[in-house]
Amino acid sequence: MVPLQAYLILSAVMFIIGAMGVVMRRNAIIVFLSIELMLNSVNLTLVAFSAFFGDATGQVLVFFVMTVAAAEAAVGLAIVIALFRRKQTINIDEINIMKW
Amino acid sequence: MTLEQILFYIFAAGGVVSALLVVTRRNPIVSAICLIVNFFCLAGIYLTLHAQFIAVIQILVYAGAIMVLFVFVIMLLNLGDERRLREGFTWKKVVAGGFGFGVLMELIYIFMVQTGMSSIEMERATNVGTVEAIGRMLFTRFLFPFEVTSLLLIAAIVGAIVLAKKKLD
Repeated sequence: MVPLQAYLILSAVMFIIGAMGVVMRRNAIIVFLSIELMLNSVNLTLVAFSAFFGDATGQVLVFFVMTVAAAEAAVGLAIVIALFRRKQTINIDEINIMKW
Repeated sequence: MTLEQILFYIFAAGGVVSALLVVTRRNPIVSAICLIVNFFCLAGIYLTLHAQFIAVIQILVYAGAIMVLFVFVIMLLNLGDERRLREGFTWKKVVAGGFGFGVLMELIYIFMVQTGMSSIEMERATNVGTVEAIGRMLFTRFLFPFEVTSLLLIAAIVGAIVLAKKKLD
């Protein structure tokens, strides 16, 4: 029997790896991939608790999280495309026209 | 060591290794492929939790739609060799890594110190992961969020098209 803590610790490890990817990488696509990794780790936590408590609410929430992640990925990638068309770069250090 | 435990540890190791590869590779296509591997490992872990619907939806939606969109965009942007960024070693990354490691240790400490959390009882889990159980809850208690997500998807579609199309001057 796998204890519940194993799932939670795995989820925490994946979340921290994703967070480090968001903070440390300069490529906008890699940042988006790390955000998806974080969302997936939260999905894992929700499903683990849903199986532990025998309540389907957790898995319904995972359904909604996946929907929102899909919508956010589509719009985010459209923004990246529009940015690349303007500035010919996706290095987020060079996208600083709103800096004061 | 039951088969369930073996499968969980194999998929967990695969998930962690592919996650590390996602954030460290320099080529974004390699990162996207590693993330697809990670999604498949996660689907395997969902199956060990008897969450059949979520496992299949994970492969269909995440690995099959979102990652395909990512791969299309990476190929569309056509970042050649000269575009690969020089992401060198900075002290900011060391500090960020230190903070991340600290938060991870804190989380692990919180999870391990908890007493009374026993193993997952699979009888409860088996009833709750079926399409019928999720559908019943989705269309009765979560009906309003379900309808709202359709609005959200329409907004996302329109937004993505407007943002990404060429301006017709």
